[in-house]
Amino acid sequence: MNLTMMYNLFIRDFRKQKKRITLTLVALAWGTMSIMLLLAFGEGLHRQMALNQRGLGNNIAVMWGGQTTKAFKGLGKGRPIRFQAEDPEYIAARIPEIKQIAGEYSRWGVKVQYKDQIVNEHITGIYPNFEDMRFHIPQMGGRMINQIDMEHRRRVAFLGWDLSERLFGEEDPIGKQILVNSTPFIVIGVMAEKMQMNSYEGMDENLLAMPSTTFKAIFGDPWLDDIVYQPHDPKDMPIIEKKLYEVLGAKYKFDPADDRTLQIWDVVSSQEEFTNIMIGIKMFLGIIGSLTLLIAGVGVANIMYVSIKERTREIGIKMAVGAKKKLILSQFLTEALMITFTGGAIGMTISYLLTEGFKRLPLSPDAADVVDFMGRPTVSFEIGFVVIAILGLMGLFSGLFPAMRAASVNPVESLRYE
Amino acid sequence: MTETIIDMRNVRKAYKTGKVTFEALKGIDCQVKRGEFVGVVGPSGSGKSTLMNIMGCLDVPTSGEYKLEGKMVNSMTANQLADIRNRKVGFVFQAFNLLPYATAFENVEVPLLFAKVSGRKRRERVIELLTRVGLADKLGNRPTEMSGGEMQRVAIARALANEPDIILADEPTGNLDSKSGMAIVKLFDELHASGKTILIITHDANIAAHGERVIRIKDGLIETNGDLR
Repeated sequence: MNLTMMYNLFIRDFRKQKKRITLTLVALAWGTMSIMLLLAFGEGLHRQMALNQRGLGNNIAVMWGGQTTKAFKGLGKGRPIRFQAEDPEYIAARIPEIKQIAGEYSRWGVKVQYKDQIVNEHITGIYPNFEDMRFHIPQMGGRMINQIDMEHRRRVAFLGWDLSERLFGEEDPIGKQILVNSTPFIVIGVMAEKMQMNSYEGMDENLLAMPSTTFKAIFGDPWLDDIVYQPHDPKDMPIIEKKLYEVLGAKYKFDPADDRTLQIWDVVSSQEEFTNIMIGIKMFLGIIGSLTLLIAGVGVANIMYVSIKERTREIGIKMAVGAKKKLILSQFLTEALMITFTGGAIGMTISYLLTEGFKRLPLSPDAADVVDFMGRPTVSFEIGFVVIAILGLMGLFSGLFPAMRAASVNPVESLRYE
Repeated sequence: MTETIIDMRNVRKAYKTGKVTFEALKGIDCQVKRGEFVGVVGPSGSGKSTLMNIMGCLDVPTSGEYKLEGKMVNSMTANQLADIRNRKVGFVFQAFNLLPYATAFENVEVPLLFAKVSGRKRRERVIELLTRVGLADKLGNRPTEMSGGEMQRVAIARALANEPDIILADEPTGNLDSKSGMAIVKLFDELHASGKTILIITHDANIAAHGERVIRIKDGLIETNGDLR
């Protein structure tokens, strides 16, 4: 069978059952759109959530001290394990898999004042490498805490964007003096806004950070509240964890097998979990969309049955002049696929235009907040591929049974003189 | 001695409709030699068309032997039968049975497409065939734009597409007025002269008389198997 003939057949069929085919094409386009848009929504959500997940930090883990639950080397159980200021360097020197490490001090409800604005805030004492590990990235015009601040125990403050706005309003905070626990500090930078999905010591938008050396000098905390570290390769997280128990177990004399002595939050592995959840959500959305498309598939099968019924004579003629069953089968299968992909192409085009249009849509601040959280529907290459595969499968299935019926037409019966 | 091209021995054909079995052919013995022109006559429902369908491999016998060009047809697969219909046999029907949406050219092209003849050869062949039946100027006409006689000539051109040895015609003039009917019969005479084996089912004694021999069928059996004149 040549293609022009196939096309002619299709057009003739289309003229004959214009309404039925149009309705089926609408159903196909609609089904394709529902799959496409649901998947696009899932993709947008995934991308946004992944972005927001990274708000906390760049492949990091956070470690707190715990309590011993086993007696070890003559020491009793129930002994608290706490980190000292020199521990980050101590660990870094012994575990080469760690790329960066920092200790963190933390204190809640500290009075912070600018002119007559007084707030009680959460303050932290941090290392300069928080800029990279915890995305403490300064806005234009300011800077993050640096090594010189650390060495000189400078009284400088790096503010979360929300705290900055509450203290300064429209004013430029850089270089202004504030009082932290009645001690004067100079504001050196404000954190760039970011979406943060999880936290361990309050949200970054409200924090006031100072060099950890300054923190220790002013507040005199003997213990670090936690240690943040980042591996060279996220896959090394389990090895690092094991080594931490050994290294710190040797230093603080606890059994490395006593897993309550340290509490480690491996953000990387919880990201993997998150990825799995997102895949589950996308599959769920895909299945809902496919069910809609399935209804259109029934429409295609219906059209094919009717068309074959009307064309039994034509099938008989072809068989009489030498058409094999396989050829009749493939002719009707091709027709079903042609209808399916025509409807599918319409649906895909509309979905693509809709998502692209939505990306360019100007949003009100309220809507923008929603988008910051949910993302914008995004059509990816994979989605296109998945949808085409589903359409192909459905076209095949909805065409196969009618086509099998066509191939089993008895030429003698169909040619009997009317 | 010319070769026997169609050789049927005790061929029976039964149709089952529900519990009732209807025997259309009740044991046909029939031989046709290469190059013969045979008329087949008989009343309606006598089994003429069934006989022709089996001869053309459109249908298979329920029992009995059928050899076409010395080859047993009984044991052939559906694909082999399709090949025979495509290359060895050409059908001409009373109702023309042209594809209604296709032009004269496309209709004649169909068997060539199935035979996988290449594009250029196909084109030449179609034009040659339609010229032979006197329709060189109607290549692009669809069946609705042609007279009955013209449609039947397209059907004959289609039957000749792959140069079959046998032409089977089932009441080819049944739907035509006598003038165009005679033109068609004249065409069959020409084909016969060119060496084709031709079987024509007909009601018309005048047309049957064009044949070298007349086979008369009644109630699924051959009544007279007229000898070669």
